[in-house]
Amino acid sequence: MARLSFPLRATPVPNGVEPPPPVRHTGTDFDTDWARSQPARVARLALVEGVMRPVMSLVASPAVKGLDRLDRLDGPVIFAANHHSHADTPLMLTTVPEPWRHRLVVGAAADYFFRTRIGGSIAALAIGAIPIERTKVGRQSASLATDLIGDGWSLLIFPEGGRSPDGWGQPFRGGAAYLAIRCNVPVVPVHLQGTGRILRKGKKLPQPSRTTVTFGDPLQPGEDENSRAFAARLEAAVAALADEATSDWWQARVRAHAGTSPDLTGPDIGAWRRVWALGDRDRRAKRNRRHWPEL
Amino acid sequence: MSNGHLAPRPGFVLDVDRSSPPVLFHHGEGFRLEKLPADRTRVIYPAEPLEGLADPDGAIRSALLNPLGDSEPLPALLHSGMKLTIAFDDISLPLPPMRRPDIRQRVIEAVLDLAAEAGVDDVHLIAALAIHRRMTENELRHAVGDRVYDAFAPSGRLYNHDAEDPDGMVVLGQTPHGEDVQFSKRAAESDLVVYVNINLVAMDGGHKSTATGLSGYTGLRHHHNVHTMLNSRSFMDQENSALHASNWRMGKVLRDADVKIFQVETTVNNNTFGREGPMSVLQKREWEWSPKDRAGFLAMQQGLKLMPSAAKRKVFSSWLAPYELTSVQAGEVEAVHEVTTANVYKQQLVPVEGQTDVLTMGLPYICPYNVNSIMNPILVMCLGLGYFFNLYRGKPLVREGGVLIMGHPTPWEFHPVHHPSYIDFFEQVLADTTDPAEIEKKWEKQFAEDEWYKHLYRTSYAYHGAHPFYMWYWGAHALQHLGRVIIVGGDTAAVRRMGFQPASTLQDALEMSTDVVGPQPTITHLKNPPILMADVT
Repeated sequence: MARLSFPLRATPVPNGVEPPPPVRHTGTDFDTDWARSQPARVARLALVEGVMRPVMSLVASPAVKGLDRLDRLDGPVIFAANHHSHADTPLMLTTVPEPWRHRLVVGAAADYFFRTRIGGSIAALAIGAIPIERTKVGRQSASLATDLIGDGWSLLIFPEGGRSPDGWGQPFRGGAAYLAIRCNVPVVPVHLQGTGRILRKGKKLPQPSRTTVTFGDPLQPGEDENSRAFAARLEAAVAALADEATSDWWQARVRAHAGTSPDLTGPDIGAWRRVWALGDRDRRAKRNRRHWPEL
Repeated sequence: MSNGHLAPRPGFVLDVDRSSPPVLFHHGEGFRLEKLPADRTRVIYPAEPLEGLADPDGAIRSALLNPLGDSEPLPALLHSGMKLTIAFDDISLPLPPMRRPDIRQRVIEAVLDLAAEAGVDDVHLIAALAIHRRMTENELRHAVGDRVYDAFAPSGRLYNHDAEDPDGMVVLGQTPHGEDVQFSKRAAESDLVVYVNINLVAMDGGHKSTATGLSGYTGLRHHHNVHTMLNSRSFMDQENSALHASNWRMGKVLRDADVKIFQVETTVNNNTFGREGPMSVLQKREWEWSPKDRAGFLAMQQGLKLMPSAAKRKVFSSWLAPYELTSVQAGEVEAVHEVTTANVYKQQLVPVEGQTDVLTMGLPYICPYNVNSIMNPILVMCLGLGYFFNLYRGKPLVREGGVLIMGHPTPWEFHPVHHPSYIDFFEQVLADTTDPAEIEKKWEKQFAEDEWYKHLYRTSYAYHGAHPFYMWYWGAHALQHLGRVIIVGGDTAAVRRMGFQPASTLQDALEMSTDVVGPQPTITHLKNPPILMADVT
């Protein structure tokens, strides 16, 4: 078969001419604008309500607490949650209340979700993901997030930067705090309990488990507060919510004021002892795991 | 605002003429539209809801940190090792119950947060229900919120007040009038009692919160009696209320007994049925009903006609008022209550000139004692002749010897769990006499000391044996003042049992009233709820 000639095929770069740099369509360069168009939003709505919600209800049976703390909140916000599992995002997408639920983008790791164009497209369409660099506060991802918040979108972000490797949390990075300060919007700390058992890092198939989603009091960055200090405050707030989920609100407040809330990142001990120390911290799971009849 | 005006409009008096539309009367779990006689009738409309506070949590925190009177800020009163008791108003407030988060939850969480900061360990929370029925778990959860409930109830540190617990009550002394001041032992032994109140009407709050809410029959009998009621004119007007004078005397005894009380009082607006939505029509003036309002109202009317009474009750009980907090003040009881009362008046007081021959009112489905329950005939009497009749300052809306016409289905029906002593009161006591003084003398003690009623009060969800008596006494002033009471649309036998006259229609009732007040009487309609209080000059 005869080869097609130009202009039906591209012409090679002439010798002596520097070839143009390749255009990247992955990572932080992935264009997600289309995923916020009306048809894409309708498709996502159908996916969230028609698929994710029943699936989450089946595998996660979530108990949602603290929604009353959001009742005076208005406008775009940043939801910052701890991260144990791939189930965290669909769980949040189905439990974040209106009016934020269907105008929410999810900060997703650019080097993981947007590594390929197909993967990025699925993430952008299904969960409204936008690429965020997790190793640093990148100019491109920060600008995108800022523009979206300015347009009235809320952002869900996992400040730990990735799923927990061992069930304990990881130190919070400054991205959520930085964006909150830059956009002057409140951050709602959220604690997710129990998702680690559903689809923790390294697992391929989900295992049903009961979960608790606890929304905390919205935090506003202080006037002279830098993102490092605000991120620490945010981490402390999520730690207090974790304490609330595993003990009760009063004990959590007492420990929060005394500065003795259990650390999200767990004790600094050997790996097996960290796993041992995890124990069974979920009251809901405890209550229902009754193997012997009560006599 | 629904009215399109910049500011909520105050309550006012409408003089009815031929062009005036029919007026909406509440009628239990239903409504009636009544055409009132022109040129001799006036209708008192409540004020529109005042704007709620923009930042309720901020206002609460500010009130706790900037107390009124000679009280220190709450953080200064809290310290490690102390005994703290937080008492709060029970299911009878507000009416209807409000949407979550309830004000009590907001205040209690703010107080507990400060207590946590101060390292207070010994904290008890008590539903100050005096001799009302105990609150169920769901009701407590609704009032204090799940967080507080889950933190304190499982360990037995959040509970209902038990006025019949021989080990849980103590008499702290007597007033100069010889009134025993009975009080919760836990509260009496605490270093600080924080009382969390919702001041729905001017009767609530002040020393009455603690002196009544945390008391028992031994203390209550000194002011919940016929003599006090006859000398409270009205019991909604603290300045002229023997009920309040007695509670204030008891408050002094509490103070002298070193019971330290930090009072937190709150007021809500008149947003009982919402500015939007299917029930909003109930707080709009009839001539401002939109086509949508009218269609919605007619559909609601027809729907209610088709429903059995139990289903109607369920529908109405599920309504949660979107009340908004209009003020919060904390500190020393009397200083706090003075400001609270002014804020209640700001929302509810409507100036009215002169009295009337006939007072009409449409009684709604709810009163303080039938939340999630049945409005039995005694409670109908209590709501009409007690609460609504007494919603005045100055003098009663109806002249002495006048007629009160109230509309309510008044079913001969009682909630067997909540109101067991009411059943016997109705069958046995009212069959004997309807005279409050005679009832008090002959029957009260027997019911109040009945072991079975006490048992049900303490372990089930029953009102105390003395409670139906107090409900009857609540109407004593009205019974003494009025020439006749007519109930429109009520169960004939139940109405007659209470000594009132039944009428099928308002027109019949007005005709019947002429026997007492003469032809062409002046008529005043108290359009309540949303709540209004008439300032009669």
